[in-house]
Amino acid sequence: MAVALGLILFALSDQIVFFQSPTDIAEKGVPEGQRIRLGGLVEEGTVVRSDNAQVSFKVTDTVNAVAVTYQGILPDLFREGQGIVAEGQIGTDGVFVADTVLAKHDENYIPKEVAEALKDKGHWQGEE
Amino acid sequence: MIVELGHYALVLTFALTLIQSTVPLWGAVREDDRLMAIAPPVSIAMFFLVLISFAALTIAYVTSDFSVVNVWENSHSAKPMLFKITGVWGNHEGSLLLWVLILVFFGALVAYFGSNMPSPLRAATLAVQGWVTAGFVLFMLATSNPFNRIPSAPIEGNDLNPILQDIGLAIHPPLLYVGYVGFSITFSFAVAALILGRIDAAWARWVRPWTLLAWAFLTLGIAMGSYWAYYELGWGGWWFWDPVENASFMPWLAGTALLHSAIVMEKRDALKVWTVLLAIFTFSLSLLGTFLVRSGVLTSVHAFATDPARGVFILVLLCLFIGGSLSLYAWRAPLLKQGGLFSPISREGALVLNNLFLSAATAAVLVGTLYPLALDAITGEKISVGEPFFNLTFGPLMVPLLMAIPFGPVLAWKRGDLLAAAERLYAGFGIAILAVLFTFWLWGMERVLAPIGVGLGVWVMAGAICEIWTRVKPREVGLKRAFERLKGLPGAAWGTATAHFGVGVTVLGIVTASAFQDEYVQTMKPGDTVNLSGYAVTFDGVAPRRGANFIEDVGHFTVRQSGVVIAEMEPSKRLYTARQFPTTEAGIHTVGFSQIYLSMGEGRPNGAIDVRVYFKPLVTLIWIGCVIMAIGAVFSMADRRLRVGAPKPSAKRSPQPSATPAE
Repeated sequence: MAVALGLILFALSDQIVFFQSPTDIAEKGVPEGQRIRLGGLVEEGTVVRSDNAQVSFKVTDTVNAVAVTYQGILPDLFREGQGIVAEGQIGTDGVFVADTVLAKHDENYIPKEVAEALKDKGHWQGEE
Repeated sequence: MIVELGHYALVLTFALTLIQSTVPLWGAVREDDRLMAIAPPVSIAMFFLVLISFAALTIAYVTSDFSVVNVWENSHSAKPMLFKITGVWGNHEGSLLLWVLILVFFGALVAYFGSNMPSPLRAATLAVQGWVTAGFVLFMLATSNPFNRIPSAPIEGNDLNPILQDIGLAIHPPLLYVGYVGFSITFSFAVAALILGRIDAAWARWVRPWTLLAWAFLTLGIAMGSYWAYYELGWGGWWFWDPVENASFMPWLAGTALLHSAIVMEKRDALKVWTVLLAIFTFSLSLLGTFLVRSGVLTSVHAFATDPARGVFILVLLCLFIGGSLSLYAWRAPLLKQGGLFSPISREGALVLNNLFLSAATAAVLVGTLYPLALDAITGEKISVGEPFFNLTFGPLMVPLLMAIPFGPVLAWKRGDLLAAAERLYAGFGIAILAVLFTFWLWGMERVLAPIGVGLGVWVMAGAICEIWTRVKPREVGLKRAFERLKGLPGAAWGTATAHFGVGVTVLGIVTASAFQDEYVQTMKPGDTVNLSGYAVTFDGVAPRRGANFIEDVGHFTVRQSGVVIAEMEPSKRLYTARQFPTTEAGIHTVGFSQIYLSMGEGRPNGAIDVRVYFKPLVTLIWIGCVIMAIGAVFSMADRRLRVGAPKPSAKRSPQPSATPAE
């Protein structure tokens, strides 16, 4: 039991990943090599796809923005203007290298604008 | 009209729960038979009322009655009928109604089959079940009523979230809920025992079938959810240590511990107090899981629409049930007398070890799941506790547990002989060592941990076979006699061996699929070929196609092995038109127990496409193992000494045909 507790505490001190916004990064900076979770909106017009399934884009909180690169398949809900969470670390050039990109997947998912439209109008009939 | 009927039935149920939670309990305390006799018919009446309620909502879905808010929000007239029906529980309100339906169904089962139980215990158990039902029905009526109407009915609905329009997720929630809610029976039994201040080995015998049933369904539910995430989310992962997953995994871990400690209680009259505590914990974790998933606290980081009133309501319920039962425990537990001494090296000792490790593992998952929430609430700092944390805490806890599994069933009760036990297992140990060497030979020396993991899985599997083997002793008694003995083995012995074998199978699948998977992420043009693990996968092109309520781009891939076409795969990207919601449908081809997994990303104007290809060796064993575990639970339930509704079994029935020291 004691061993287990020790293990949990050790792992907690070492393995947690802090969630930060682009503004947090701009103001406080992040030590090189430290893993963080970057959350924000994908800035409109910044998504660039190149070969080898490379994608680069900017994550913004409307005040500051951070450049991100990622190799892999992005989640279905990844779109410009959409909220995402990227996990990875910041390289020497200030570019955030993500190894995971998350967009929310669950049955509670309602795009925010849709939810608002719902409340405003009392009904909703598609995107147009 | 039908919808109002459903609503009315639900209100009526609430009224009945109030009777159910008080009158029988008063009767049990006063030993008044007439008051106690109210409980069973009321339970059954409640079941039928909620059934009416559920049927009413289902009819609203089937007929696409969009004047009901819930139907309008989650259904669409063009949706296939199957998903119209499963859509009933594909949303917050409907899934709660399903939760309550299963809750009262279990109550009705206890009422119906429980005629051999002492009536105070049955009355008190049903009363406690009544409290839980009252809480949840009130929650529904107050904050999550599925029967709310819209004054002017819209013409078309919003459709169900497309990733839920899948047969896997259609049956996942019911399985999971039967598991969660099944533990409510164990909880009710435990609280009833505390209230009555009486508990004995017979109590464990009544409780164990319910626990087994709940556990089997929870196992299947978790496996189903994991497989769904694997093929539907298109990431190729089958477990993410996501809080929602952890929410179902914690009751499973605690429930597994409970199953084992209940054995000790039943056979040896020991560990009573601990078993009661575990029963309370297991259901508390189920409630916590419901709270985490249903209140929206988990999605708060992502600012999705949630209703704070619901969260607060569930939190209050949670505090009442967990706090109340634990206080009751603290007050009454000293009344329960301990019995049955045993030495550390014994079957009991092994089961205690099992409980220690499983509880510690539960605690680790609990901390990892709740710590970020607590930190967010207290300091506002947002962190995530991901896979590395769980690998570092959960992994080391599982290793000794897995090593110990085969020893448990071959140790004798009370005082065991480790040496004699080891003798029964040497064959299994040999096979495990061979498996380790074989893995090294196959994949080389780069990875050291993975072959050991493979050995561990094989060890658990072989250990289960050794157990049956040494019980039957085919070499000593000859084949024919051995076969008779095999048939004569009690269901519980078969259950143990099968479930343990399943654990080994799952472990093997997890280790091979994680350590030896081959992954390839690339932008492919039509005609491009990638090679992985001996398979050549060629991308032929993409073509559009139209489904019932979606349009899709289907990729066509040809898989060849040494030049011979072995499969054609068609992963796709779908767009569900009603919600403008894109999904990825992975292409999966199964080769033996292994799978080739293909998912497509964004297309380029020139016809090229981002592709992720995996070869996942033995990955299906992960879920097959879970199914085997659940089958094991069914074997155990079929044991005539435990059978639900069987006439009251005599304390020590049927001496075993084999001369094992076990029973």
